Amino acid sequence: MVTTRTATLEAVRRLLAGVTDPEIPVLTIEDIGILRGVDLLDDGRVLVQITPTYSGCPAMEVIKEDIRAVLAEGGYDTEVSMTFMPPWTTEWMSDEGKRKLAGFGIAPPRSELTITDEVLCPQCGSGRSKVVSEFGSTACKRLLVCTTCGEPFDHFKEM
Amino acid sequence: MKTITTETDLGTYLVRLGDDNLIIAQRLGEYIASAPELEEDLAIANTGLDHLGIARHLYTLAGAIEGDGRSEDDFAMQRPERSFTNALLVEQPNTDFAFIMVRQLFFDAYQVPLWRWLSASGNVDLAGIAAKGLKEATYHLRRSSSWIVRLGDGTAESAARAQAAIEGLWRYTSELVTSDDLEDRLARNGLVPRSSDLAGEWTVTVDAVLDDAMLMRGSDPFQTSGGRTGVHTEHLGPLLAELQWMQRSYPGATW
Repeated sequence: MVTTRTATLEAVRRLLAGVTDPEIPVLTIEDIGILRGVDLLDDGRVLVQITPTYSGCPAMEVIKEDIRAVLAEGGYDTEVSMTFMPPWTTEWMSDEGKRKLAGFGIAPPRSELTITDEVLCPQCGSGRSKVVSEFGSTACKRLLVCTTCGEPFDHFKEM
Repeated sequence: MKTITTETDLGTYLVRLGDDNLIIAQRLGEYIASAPELEEDLAIANTGLDHLGIARHLYTLAGAIEGDGRSEDDFAMQRPERSFTNALLVEQPNTDFAFIMVRQLFFDAYQVPLWRWLSASGNVDLAGIAAKGLKEATYHLRRSSSWIVRLGDGTAESAARAQAAIEGLWRYTSELVTSDDLEDRLARNGLVPRSSDLAGEWTVTVDAVLDDAMLMRGSDPFQTSGGRTGVHTEHLGPLLAELQWMQRSYPGATW
């Protein structure tokens, strides 16, 4: 029974690895760090716990639907619940996630240790940039422009 | 008639905070496409979205505590004006960009110490929502402060408009940092702060920004209140009419 449970949870996690952020499709929910836990309920359903990045992030609704859909395809009936403690910060984003972000053209959030470093331009790698706006295309990003290559880029804000 | 318990008090308090956030979100939403530049339209939309998100989480938690099955939408869309307990400041109608930013500064300077306190609340769900709110409000405050400095220290026109907004909104500021019986009861249980305990930090924050901006504090000695008991200025009704008309016309409609 224990093995079945473990095997089921592993299978669920494999399926969840295919759920990505609709705004930043290179990042899985695990990369972002918003997947908090997977469990089996007594009635046989799967419980997936997620936490929001920003309070008003509209992607959360889509992500909930995507989780239910991908697990339904695997034959699982799913409840998705939202948890707030501990609150998400950019420290929850994996190093892999940060690499993928940079590759996608979005400057990744700096860690608490490197917060004073320059934000590197994802196009040319220059550390010289200026802030165009404190908010970008979504609540989690701000808009910078590289003063070396002249390209504007999004920066995933530290929080 | 339910008896007053800590649970019902907490539910009432959560709706109050939810109302603050919903109403300012609606005001910010109304202003999108009127900002002086595209980037500011994005910033106003995103700030509003943060407030809307917080309102949704607070209403959902209030509904769970109440236990009568009310959803976030029920709180936002099915209550009449007199049931809304937002502060009067947030319902004041948009005039110009300076007015938007002054209203935001006054509100951000209140929310930062509020969320900081609540992130250590004895109610762990509220503490989690507040911890997120604190990060967002801190960011909002940085932006509203820097805009007030730009406007105050900008042209004669921008400074005059910012000063006029300060004067116009000043009478709604003390309500933010005034306590009532509800807060007193909850504060005794370590669940929420007394708003009056936030007054000191509010004043320090606002004074520092206005100093930097070479603007003056409001001189209006008259202060008004009533929002926390559902007695509003004439501006909330029309706001709610627009916000709620769909659910009022087609109750329970979903898509």
